[in-house]
Amino acid sequence: MKPERRNSSPRGKLIVVEGIDGSGKSTQIKLLYKWLEARGEQVFFTEWNSSALVRQATKRGKKKNLLTPSTFSLLHATDFADRMTYHILPYLKAGMTVLADRYIYTAFARDIARGVDPRWVRDLYSFALQPDATFYFRVPLDVATARILSMRAKIKFYEAGMDLGLSTDPVESFRLFQGRVLKEYDRMAPEYKFKVVDGTRSIDSQQQKVRSVVARLYESAPAALEAS
Amino acid sequence: MTPALAPRRYFGHGLPYCDVKDLTGTLITLEGTDGVGRSTQVQLLKGWLEVQGYGVMETGWTRSELMSETIGAAKAGHNLNQLTFSLLYATDFADRLEKLVIPALRSGFVVLADRYMYTAFARSVVRGADPAWIRSVFGFAIVPDLVLHLKITVDDLIPRVLRGRGMDYWESGMDMHLGSDPYESFRNYQGRLIREYNRMSREFGFINLDATLPIDAIQEKIRTRVKAILEDRKIRALTEGLETIRPLLFEPEPEIPRVNLESAGPRGMNPSSGSES
Repeated sequence: MKPERRNSSPRGKLIVVEGIDGSGKSTQIKLLYKWLEARGEQVFFTEWNSSALVRQATKRGKKKNLLTPSTFSLLHATDFADRMTYHILPYLKAGMTVLADRYIYTAFARDIARGVDPRWVRDLYSFALQPDATFYFRVPLDVATARILSMRAKIKFYEAGMDLGLSTDPVESFRLFQGRVLKEYDRMAPEYKFKVVDGTRSIDSQQQKVRSVVARLYESAPAALEAS
Repeated sequence: MTPALAPRRYFGHGLPYCDVKDLTGTLITLEGTDGVGRSTQVQLLKGWLEVQGYGVMETGWTRSELMSETIGAAKAGHNLNQLTFSLLYATDFADRLEKLVIPALRSGFVVLADRYMYTAFARSVVRGADPAWIRSVFGFAIVPDLVLHLKITVDDLIPRVLRGRGMDYWESGMDMHLGSDPYESFRNYQGRLIREYNRMSREFGFINLDATLPIDAIQEKIRTRVKAILEDRKIRALTEGLETIRPLLFEPEPEIPRVNLESAGPRGMNPSSGSES
């Protein structure tokens, strides 16, 4: 299935944030949401792994450690397909802006770090729409680890890649696994033309950069602004 | 040089973390549309193989520990679209493949799969999926040793299904809105599925079996094919190095338990149908 191109009918903007856990992307997308709303845009927010369709299976699979790299990947693809159908496409067709906290690149990075075939996972997600902009919040591993450890009492099993048996120590496993994920993000950045944001800078200076890129998206498509 | 013991291969981009080249078991799949008699044949074949001393593992569609409930609920709720329909089945398939099929093949079992990836291809393509996409999704599947296809026409299928459990929502493809009533929809949907199976039969080299024949006549044909595959694999094993043979050496020879053949099938199979050698 070829990725759908944004050609035929006018549609809303799809803006995506990506980065490893603790990169600060969720903070940034919330600030962007506020700003777009204040500008009068109709905005819809969707996040990774949130559809009701496979919630039970994912929850049970994670809780009982039933997941293999391939079923982990396929469950997330199913979740994404469901959200693509109900939470992304209709909003874009209605001319709204969709903000996605994590997109297919999360799957590419994590699944490849777990050991699935990179070509396979890319084919799997070929039904996905291309975003208008993808922001990649890049932070060194130490910064991300420190942020996660200070915010959470306990690191989750799959977040730390404990299923891979890299280390029996959750913190060490988290570092090793997220290190692999980080490497994949860095590899994808030029391939998918990510807008790279230095996630170690202050929250407001990162947000300024994001807003300036997003503002240009709307300038190049005046029709969308008139519609709002 | 004799080729290595029927080297296993993945259908497409496989699982890089799982080497399947040296799996010594045999993977036999039964395909065909709904209500065509696959499960009956699987049960008869399983009994026959077990009497001969083969370890047999059976696996069926949507029976995975991970997905079985979710698929049931999603079908009950009628909230699937072409993509999620395809992907839920693929997840179920992957779970069974990694948790059951590969370990069983590694231990030298004969794995009998009641439906395999071809059912997913047929159902997804009929629902509008790109055939190349759905094939790439199942790239992690292992190519089976034998695909037995119970072939039928929609005219022969309809009375069978009506005499059996009747037409249900999904088997009638009611989600596709192909007809105003279950009969019209069933006819239309199953007709499309059957065309897909027939097309794939040429694409993938299925063994076609006439599903309208009596049960034991079909079974006899199946046993002939299965026997040939198992013996072929054994002969190839014996010409290979010791490492490859080792798991097979502990299996009894197929000839030994022939006396018990009469108890092979619950339907009073004619013993001669299974004992040809």
